[in-house]
Amino acid sequence: MGASLATVWTLARKDLLLELRSKDIVLAIVVFALLVIAIFTFAIELTPSRARDVGPGVLWAAVAFAGVLGLNRSFAVEAEGDTLDGLMLTPVSRELIFFGKVLGNFIFITIAQVVIFPVFEALFNISVLQVETIVIALLASLGFAAVGTAFAAVSVRVRSREIMLPLLFLPTSVPLIMAAVESTSAVVDGGSWGDFSEWLQLAIAFDVIFMIASAVLFQFVLEE
Amino acid sequence: MGTKNSVALAVQATGLEKSFGNAAVLRGLDMTVRDGEAVVIFGANGVGKSTLLRVLTTLTRPDYGSISIYGRDLSKQAEYARLSLGAVLHSPMLYGDMTIRENLNFFGKMFRVRDLPGRIEEMTDRLGLGPRMEQRTRELSHGYQKRAALARAMLHRPRILFLDEAETGLDEPARKVLDGVISEHRAAGHAVVMTTHSIERGIAESDRVFVLAGGRIALDAPSSHVTPNDVTGLYSDPSDA
Repeated sequence: MGASLATVWTLARKDLLLELRSKDIVLAIVVFALLVIAIFTFAIELTPSRARDVGPGVLWAAVAFAGVLGLNRSFAVEAEGDTLDGLMLTPVSRELIFFGKVLGNFIFITIAQVVIFPVFEALFNISVLQVETIVIALLASLGFAAVGTAFAAVSVRVRSREIMLPLLFLPTSVPLIMAAVESTSAVVDGGSWGDFSEWLQLAIAFDVIFMIASAVLFQFVLEE
Repeated sequence: MGTKNSVALAVQATGLEKSFGNAAVLRGLDMTVRDGEAVVIFGANGVGKSTLLRVLTTLTRPDYGSISIYGRDLSKQAEYARLSLGAVLHSPMLYGDMTIRENLNFFGKMFRVRDLPGRIEEMTDRLGLGPRMEQRTRELSHGYQKRAALARAMLHRPRILFLDEAETGLDEPARKVLDGVISEHRAAGHAVVMTTHSIERGIAESDRVFVLAGGRIALDAPSSHVTPNDVTGLYSDPSDA
């Protein structure tokens, strides 16, 4: 168990080092998400009640769409140098490679949200920097990372991978996006944990199911 | 573990079939490589040499057939089998934004190499990588990228080395380094499976010659009994296969 965790961390740390050098993934997620949020700020006349109504939807749509860009990039790095083959030649199970990539992508999406949330709060003038929203964000990031990593692996060998990933990722993530939007709406409206516990349960169930299913799918995807 | 006989074999492949869409690349291919043996696989362009190496190194799953590496069945014990094999394929499989040392450190940890810093130094000296170790691999020449790829492949002391046209694009000093590594690997009693388009060189560096044609092994003979004409005579247009 300890050795497996060490391997997962070694993989994620490698991705973090590469990201620290290139800054491709986090920057892409942050810039794209902020652009989406800014466009909606201009497009909608933001009264306080309207901001509460549409804000959570805009926030999670922005994070989901921007996440696609980052996830695409995270596997493009492996494809460019055929390093995915290098990883596959190591005596590490495909599942551990998957979990390592998921951990790296989870960290990237979470770091991006650290920038996106305060800007969103300032532009929409609604408070999302709360413990409840942070828990929702972590659950959503984990689900996005799990589904996105598996589908990015599917798309990486396809010529039109930039199109393929969103086509696979976004429809699959609808339950998670709904859970995140509804939970955030409840928090923004001053609700307590009990008011959105069902949506949280949906997010947790989504994460567990897709973490397991994606890990299984991953090995078949990698080996053509 | 396999039987005593299968353990003595570095590679045992039976009935391998692999297609990409409608194109059948491997058609019931059988081959064995004994421990300590160096074999060379020849074949025309597009005949499936690289596919065969990818299948043997667990990168591509065959449609049918079985493979064992040192008695480890790849369908059941691929992770253990990968401990025994090292591969240098067309691409160096190194992270361009990481230095050679960072790459070797990463892959060494993935293989859980004992005394990793010492082993990296050993490979650095052996492959003449010293002055380039702190350079990002994307900044290296093709020759140094190949040397670094060889260091990655040899880091975990594999018993069998797979080389896919490893000498392509190398200058004379880099080629000598490659030849030296292959000789040492053979001298240590380990196996080598290589592909090359340089027929004379391949015959000279191997114990046994395979020629791949029509998705099968068309010739399997000791290198001392094979001439370049025997090899080229079996080359066929893969589209005819």
